[in-house]
Amino acid sequence: MGMTMAEKIIAAHAGLDRVEPGELVEVQVDFVMANDITAALAIQEFAKLEVEEVFDRERVAFVADHFVPPPNIKAAEQCMAVRNWARRKGILYFEGGRDGGIEHIVLPEQGLVLPGEIIIGADSHTCTYGALGAFSTGVGSTDAAVAMATGRLWLKVPSTMRLYYHGTLRPWVTAKDLILHTIGRIGVDGALYMAMFFTGPIIQALSMDGRFTIANMAIEAGAKAGLMEVDEKTLDYVRPRAKRPFTVYKDDPDARYEIDLDFDVSEWEPAIAVPHLPSNVRPVGELADLRIDQVFIGSCTNGRIEDLRLAAHILRGQRVHPEVRCIIIPGSGPTYRQALDEGLIDIFVEAGAVVGLPSCGPCMGGYSGVLGPGERCVSTTNRNFVGRMGHPTSEVYLANPAVAAASAILGRIASPEEIQIRAEAFAG
Amino acid sequence: MRFRGRAWVFGDNIDTDVIIPGRYLNTTDPKELAAHCMEGVDPEFPRKVQPGDIMVAGRNFGSGSSREHAPISLRAAGISCVIAKSFARIFFRNAINIGLPVLECAEAVEAIAPGDELEVRLDTGEIHNCRTGQTFRAKPYPRFMLELIQAGGLIPYTRARLAKSQPSTV
Repeated sequence: MGMTMAEKIIAAHAGLDRVEPGELVEVQVDFVMANDITAALAIQEFAKLEVEEVFDRERVAFVADHFVPPPNIKAAEQCMAVRNWARRKGILYFEGGRDGGIEHIVLPEQGLVLPGEIIIGADSHTCTYGALGAFSTGVGSTDAAVAMATGRLWLKVPSTMRLYYHGTLRPWVTAKDLILHTIGRIGVDGALYMAMFFTGPIIQALSMDGRFTIANMAIEAGAKAGLMEVDEKTLDYVRPRAKRPFTVYKDDPDARYEIDLDFDVSEWEPAIAVPHLPSNVRPVGELADLRIDQVFIGSCTNGRIEDLRLAAHILRGQRVHPEVRCIIIPGSGPTYRQALDEGLIDIFVEAGAVVGLPSCGPCMGGYSGVLGPGERCVSTTNRNFVGRMGHPTSEVYLANPAVAAASAILGRIASPEEIQIRAEAFAG
Repeated sequence: MRFRGRAWVFGDNIDTDVIIPGRYLNTTDPKELAAHCMEGVDPEFPRKVQPGDIMVAGRNFGSGSSREHAPISLRAAGISCVIAKSFARIFFRNAINIGLPVLECAEAVEAIAPGDELEVRLDTGEIHNCRTGQTFRAKPYPRFMLELIQAGGLIPYTRARLAKSQPSTV
């Protein structure tokens, strides 16, 4: 019996020839990450271990992105503690500025997470790096602390769910819609404890930005990781950035999949996940009369340059509805710079959107767009849980950047087709 | 290890944003986190829960964010252990790592009503409902995880290992 790439990566890092799903193993990790919220706890747990230094200063990074720049004194103090610790220990540290931004956009951009590696991050969306062919998984602060000290982590070998996408994409159907439809079909615990393996011609045709969007939301189906094959596009992305040598693993032809799913995406429409689960997926057309108060375009799911180009394509020459706050946040310093160079920021500001500083923004209800009672937001983020972006009675509708931009213009949930632009005109 | 307490019963997909909303994550203080525990579904929960009480829930408990603040707030609010039909994997790890016992047992959850007095034996995985007299057996822990729990969590476990320079028993 052959092995999946997840099994091969784990076996290689456990010093074993092969591993079986369900087996508990201890692995050497290649990289450990935490953000300003989870690092604050991790450094306290690290102190209890009475270890002086991290296992490798080049392989531990803190990325301050959740409460950055700090919205209040407590958040500022928390960020100070994390920043000071990072400087004292000499680990990698990002906080805004030229290279900083959202952890899951920054680390791939900086070439710090690579194919064939095991990456753990004290943030559930660490699964994003699976788009690079890495085994990458979210953990808590205590796991991160122990891995920072020892470079090692226990884990259960997951079984693999293979998802094969084929057919023809309809206009305005993006990577975001593919993953929302997938979660809508398998449910928020449909891949619980499993590694999802996204494959097929539709995935191959996606840009790296689109692939990151899909891998990012594997956790919303309960998965431990969401992997993709390494191809020329991956290598073109990784080679100029890579800070370390890396190894490429592939699924054996006779690899074992616990679940094997086949999706013909030809009939799929742009999707909206309605409150309060990412699996409550409906075609955008069904919700077209719902008035909204806010639009957020950004986050580790949809804060990359391709997402901003798509939003700009819809917003060019248009006006944000007078009753809508439209917040757009480029996901990293380099993304911001690129958007500026391409004139996208101009388009956003001219349309009446506000452009925020690279950070998680309003995604987790921290600041810069917190929702009041009963307020509704169309958001390109990944979670629409109760109270996720503010008041427990507020509502979050998850969508792709084109749907979000169209909704910002019309003041209600809207399909991009309603804005007078031909889909074919967008060649981004 | 034995626990006895009243049951607080919740449904499926209780996520970590409900257990401790993101806006309170500018602190790591367990007491402050406990003051907002379960605010998304029951803002009165921190005032009603008694030390030793037991959290009972449906499928996919603790889904969403990796914030360890979630099990920390539950424990600091007084919850002695969590029984659910299933757990989201990061929450499961975090709970075990910080020494909050979690038990997976769908049959027990089906047979527990809010306020039921429960007795839990961690070593055998037995869940006894004192009201109905029924006893259920949770999915047993692998040996390694039982050792983690008995050590009091991942930090004491790792400290002991580092002190002896011993390999993991995984």
